[in-house]
Amino acid sequence: MELLLAITIGLLYASGVYMVLRRSMVKLIIGIILIGNGVNFLIFLLGRITKGSTPIISENSDTFLEAYADPVPQALILTAIVISFGLQAFAIVLIKRVYKVLNTDDIDRLSHTEDYDIL
Amino acid sequence: MTQLIFLPILFQACIAVLLLFFFGKVKIQKIISIAGSALNLAVAGGVFYVVRLEGSMAVQAGNWQAPFGITFVADTLAVTMVLLTAIVGFAVSIFSAYTLSGNRIRFGYFPVFHFLMMGLCGSFLTGDLFNMYVWFEITIITSFVLLTLGNEKEQLEGAVKYFAMNMLASLIFLTALGILYGLTGTLNMADLSGKLMAIENRGLVNVCALFFFFGFGIKAALFPMYFWLPDSYHTPPTAVTAVFAGLLTKVAVYALIRVFSLVFIPEAFFNNLFLIVGAFTILSGGIGSLVQNNIRKVFSYLIICHIGYMIIGLGLFTQAALAGMMFYLIHDIIIKTNLFLMSGMIIKIKGSTDIRQLGDIYNDHPRIALLFAISLFSVIGIPPLSGFWPKISLIWGGIEKSDYLSVGFILFGSFITLMAVARIWSKVFWKSSTVTAPPNAPLFFDQLSKRRRFWILFPVGFLSVVTLYIGFGADNIHLIASRIAEDLINVDAYIELVLGK
Amino acid sequence: MNSVILRTAASFLLPLLIMFSVFILLRGHYLPGGGFVGGLVAAVGFVLHMFANGLDETRRLLMIHPGYLLPCGLSLALLSGFTPVLITGEPFMTGVWLDDPVPVIGSIGTALFFDLGVYLVVVGVSLTILFTISEEVK
Repeated sequence: MELLLAITIGLLYASGVYMVLRRSMVKLIIGIILIGNGVNFLIFLLGRITKGSTPIISENSDTFLEAYADPVPQALILTAIVISFGLQAFAIVLIKRVYKVLNTDDIDRLSHTEDYDIL
Repeated sequence: MTQLIFLPILFQACIAVLLLFFFGKVKIQKIISIAGSALNLAVAGGVFYVVRLEGSMAVQAGNWQAPFGITFVADTLAVTMVLLTAIVGFAVSIFSAYTLSGNRIRFGYFPVFHFLMMGLCGSFLTGDLFNMYVWFEITIITSFVLLTLGNEKEQLEGAVKYFAMNMLASLIFLTALGILYGLTGTLNMADLSGKLMAIENRGLVNVCALFFFFGFGIKAALFPMYFWLPDSYHTPPTAVTAVFAGLLTKVAVYALIRVFSLVFIPEAFFNNLFLIVGAFTILSGGIGSLVQNNIRKVFSYLIICHIGYMIIGLGLFTQAALAGMMFYLIHDIIIKTNLFLMSGMIIKIKGSTDIRQLGDIYNDHPRIALLFAISLFSVIGIPPLSGFWPKISLIWGGIEKSDYLSVGFILFGSFITLMAVARIWSKVFWKSSTVTAPPNAPLFFDQLSKRRRFWILFPVGFLSVVTLYIGFGADNIHLIASRIAEDLINVDAYIELVLGK
Repeated sequence: MNSVILRTAASFLLPLLIMFSVFILLRGHYLPGGGFVGGLVAAVGFVLHMFANGLDETRRLLMIHPGYLLPCGLSLALLSGFTPVLITGEPFMTGVWLDDPVPVIGSIGTALFFDLGVYLVVVGVSLTILFTISEEVK
């Protein structure tokens, strides 16, 4: 399981970096999403995968009786997912707007900021 | 009493929520924001005073004990940053109320601005690395919104660059957090400090530290990673840029300072890395500021240039150098905000940002020019003004470590700053200008009412007074900076405070 | 998307989904669930209604702009955080619970109100985002 996850993480990071390095804005966002998922898996993997129950002590005992899953990585991942949900929604709307205004998806043609005068 | 720590964060949150209730009502929002920022200044000042008087405080959110719950810590460094945030927030709040167009305010400028302030206060006060990540995300989400508000072509372009780099930085930061949690099983900074030392796999610890360096380095605009900054900072309205310039890069510098003094013990490799990167940051930022013709881009490059000083200070890691670094940070937050507010005023007066066309400001508005001169001279570090004192400490730190190359770079950086500012002064203030404000353009300075002119000038004047205080009351500031430097070198007190005896 | 099947199904599914979302919200303290998921489920109900009957119908059904749910939810969450500070003097966000559980709902504490705040914020945010996007499509 660990090996499988490690390979998946590597693939997600690699493909994410590849996508970020492309010139298209849509691919940039896809790359960032892929790396984001890779990070979530990474936290999940490094938080030690335990095959056990939820970390809740049953009502008729004072301590854990069996192996339990570490709740912290799950909480971290959940938070990270929620944050990236908001950011990705924003990013998609942003590139849509940029596409509408500039009529291009090519990052190399985003060079209007060079000589810009705000009033 | 320790509950006081939450106050700066919660107060901003309350203002923001209150503003959301009045969504779209321009006039009420302006009043709430200005009054709220003024009160917040009092709150932050109060917290600062209490911490100075009674020493650092820590409180566990939700009463979950230290390594398990989220700790909030108010030591001198954190409360100083919170106070500076409040000062900048107050000035910018007034400036935006009087310069922003109603449309931007109607689409939620003020609530987002106060959420940004909340995120900044949170990242200064938290004692937990993952919590810091969350506050960082709050600041970058809100900064995206502020950057794109208005939907102009260049703004959107700048936002794409800003978004891509900052998002990538956050992901690198998150990767580092994942590795750190895997290594130690905790993310509490005080707890990490002890546990990381015991880990035998030094290679992985160093990789993790490098991830932190790159994550924060992108946000702080360090040498090889600063290209997004001058491409995006000049696109939004002045008020927004002023907050970004004053606080957003500095929060990353704060994070670097925190992480590389408390969590990772300063090692020779990282100190050298900081020195080299800092030197190149000064060099590239300084040279960039000399060749740019857009006044806001000149100031953007000056931000990068001056980040280098702080990174060199962090690399030297002696008492004197760290005190100089902290003094510089305090000075820089105020002065960079003021520089951008000034650039906004210049645009309001002349209607152009191109310094080849600008001019005549000294001729037309001599008193305003004198007000601006205070900040410009402080940036250079003309002796009694605020930029001078931290450089003395930094240079002293360099001499102590007999690192004369860094001393040379610090002096060289001041020299380049002098040239850049002299160029601005002679071209924008003294030269006769070739542009006149177009007669039909809205909201030009000369056409405004006297009351409105006063309130646009007020934030600049207010920050200039703060700058003057930093310069002339340098012994007080130096006292605070040395206290922070001591805390950064002896972290045991911090750890004891958080984890208990 | 003007299909009779979808429209009929949506009008039945909307109350069901909202009920289900409240169920998820309430079981969230010890079991999988909570305000975030609950809010998303409720939002999905409204989005389904929007697909079937059009944006304007859903707007009329909601009566208020979903954006107004944001400050309401946020202030509820903030207040639930403040409660322990005001009542027992414990740190911000400490859980304060009523002694006796209430039937159907279970034990009532500040965590429940915090979750309720999250629920409102999530419904508000997701509906605002989706309404804005579908408005642009039109």
